[in-house]
Amino acid sequence: MRQMKASHRENTSPRDPAPSRLSYRYQRLLLTPLFRTFLRVGLPMGAAFTLGMAVLGNADNRDAIALRITEIRNSIEERPEFMVKLMAIDGASPEVNGDIREIVPIDFPLSSFDLDLEEMRLTIAELDAVASAEVRIRAGGVLQIDVIERIPSVVWRGPQGVELLDNTGHRVGALIARAERPDLPLLTGEGAELAVPEALDLFAAAEPLASRVRGLVRMGERRWDVALDRNQRILLPEENPVEAIERVIALDHVQDLMARDLVVIDMRNQNRPTVRLAETAVTELRRIRGQVLGDTTQ
Amino acid sequence: MMTNLYESQRAMRNMRKAAMQRGVVAILDIGTSKVACLVLRFDGPEHFGEQDGIGSMAGQSSFRVIGAATTRSRGVSFGEIDAMQETERAIRTAVQAAQKMANVRVDHVIACFSGAQPRSYGLAGEIELQDSVVTEQDIARVLSACDMPDYGQGREVLHAQPVNFAIDHRSGLNDPRGQIGNRLAVDMHMMTVDSTAIQNLLYCIKRCDLELAGLASSAYVSGVSSLVEDEQELGAACIDLGGGATGLSIFMKKHMIYSDGVRLGGEHVTSDISKGLQVPLTVAERIKTFYGGVVATGMDDREMIEIGGETGDWEHDRRTVSRAELIGIMRPRVEEILEEVRARLDAAGFDRLPSQQIVLTGGGSQIPGLDGLASRILGQQVRLGRPLRVQGLPQAATGAAFASSVGLCLFAAHPQDEWWDFEIPAERYPARSLRRAVKWFRDNW
Repeated sequence: MRQMKASHRENTSPRDPAPSRLSYRYQRLLLTPLFRTFLRVGLPMGAAFTLGMAVLGNADNRDAIALRITEIRNSIEERPEFMVKLMAIDGASPEVNGDIREIVPIDFPLSSFDLDLEEMRLTIAELDAVASAEVRIRAGGVLQIDVIERIPSVVWRGPQGVELLDNTGHRVGALIARAERPDLPLLTGEGAELAVPEALDLFAAAEPLASRVRGLVRMGERRWDVALDRNQRILLPEENPVEAIERVIALDHVQDLMARDLVVIDMRNQNRPTVRLAETAVTELRRIRGQVLGDTTQ
Repeated sequence: MMTNLYESQRAMRNMRKAAMQRGVVAILDIGTSKVACLVLRFDGPEHFGEQDGIGSMAGQSSFRVIGAATTRSRGVSFGEIDAMQETERAIRTAVQAAQKMANVRVDHVIACFSGAQPRSYGLAGEIELQDSVVTEQDIARVLSACDMPDYGQGREVLHAQPVNFAIDHRSGLNDPRGQIGNRLAVDMHMMTVDSTAIQNLLYCIKRCDLELAGLASSAYVSGVSSLVEDEQELGAACIDLGGGATGLSIFMKKHMIYSDGVRLGGEHVTSDISKGLQVPLTVAERIKTFYGGVVATGMDDREMIEIGGETGDWEHDRRTVSRAELIGIMRPRVEEILEEVRARLDAAGFDRLPSQQIVLTGGGSQIPGLDGLASRILGQQVRLGRPLRVQGLPQAATGAAFASSVGLCLFAAHPQDEWWDFEIPAERYPARSLRRAVKWFRDNW
């Protein structure tokens, strides 16, 4: 009985508050800054690295992970919300519309993730007849293509045949014959396509002669000739050609210049406009002069 | 023997420097009744650079207490370790709790203890100056010229502080360097303690994976913390009434000039109560702290104290005593302690000092009415001292019982120059030292 009581008392004696050597050392270790940093940073990183290496070290696991990723990706991409069902083209003429459908061949329905809109836009914009294009996916799974077409403003007879150019000189399309677009002015000559804006200015200035103008000829890639019917030509200077053409028109108004039998009106020298008469006119002129002077040789 | 002491003390100083560099140092007050551990962080404005004198806020702005823990002391009696395993556990408990509070690991510890039979010696040395200007080497020489008393086998020098320098007929110099004269004299106060006590302490601290960065006598450090500045300057005695030992230190001109210990303390009062009232020591301690006193009044006859007990005997367990009886038990023992202190003070010649101020501190000084009793025995100028306030010290550790802990903080922040902090005289250098060669050149050319 006494023995039991003693042991019982021992058990209920107040606990020793002192930490054991082991727990004391452990606590000190945990308070060491380097060790704490290691625990907080190094250990999780190391564990994650080891785990990752162990899993990814196996080729089967890698494949399974890649497969799973593609599966998830596909399941998201092929949701009906992301499917594109048809293409709508606005602002394009029927020919351009056909061209666009030809160069952007898409098998609908298609996931919008598989569409490279920027690439598509660049392809469409590369068409000669297209000034700019805008491609977007509209609500309801519609691939919307908004096209602004180039407006042909001149006909250019170049080395490859007759072509249409817009007002910046960019090719719009080919023509089989000039007669297809008689409403547009004609350009020709080497380098004519590079000076289309200037040519348009000249056409605007030559409006009073419009019925007679057959076209503009680029000479030596630097200046223009205005070709008129009846094989007449106006040679324009390199600089201020519009002014020169206006002077010709003024002369025409005053002296009815164009109705006369001229071959060439040379305006290349601003200070000295020159005309070349046709051969019959020259002989006629000489004859008249002979009469006036009383020359009796003839 | 001397070089050995030099080396060990210098090693401790280097350790202290390393601890300051790291910024964290622990204070360990190993007392008979409690082990207190404070963790200090040195990061104040005066962290780097030793400046002249003592900095702002008495040099306390340089550190902050970030952890404090106290535990009941075990295995310590009369201020000395006598059961090492138990003491080691107590130290571990205190250090761990303080570390936990501070949330830093401490490796360096500065310790103090009260017992180990401190003995004080006054040393005097005198030399002729070689070239009229006092240099560091001259100070080293004069310190080593002190006649070393035979303090006996098995004792170790704990403090050795130069207290006073004199050049020719001018005395009372604090720092004679650079002054001109013919003869340099020094007065030094040396304190020795039992070396086994130090070895035991070293062993315990080593077992706790700590490094000792300094060692001080608790009588000295409680004087540092409880005497105000003018008391230290004009002369005063600090009496640290501890649990198992009472330390006394006499200060003058900001230096400790005498220190002694009485191997009596508060635990003796407790054991008297325990024996007198037939109660366990823990109950006696509780009764002492709650109802204790040394001056009985008429009221105390009527105030009855339940003593209690757990024997099962109703009569025995319902005993009561009057407070007057308790005081009757306590008073003779307290008187005995104070008488003993008086005898030590008389032996030291304290009555011939210009100022007779006595400051009572330590846990024992909290007995109500002690100042009245002490002024009857020790003289009129007695006051109760509480330690300085230091930054971050918890409220629970600001009482008189923590005088030596706080003093140790101040000691850690600003230790007084001791013998081993000065240069080693050239004669003591090893034979092939470069400095010795330089000295030889200087002497011969």
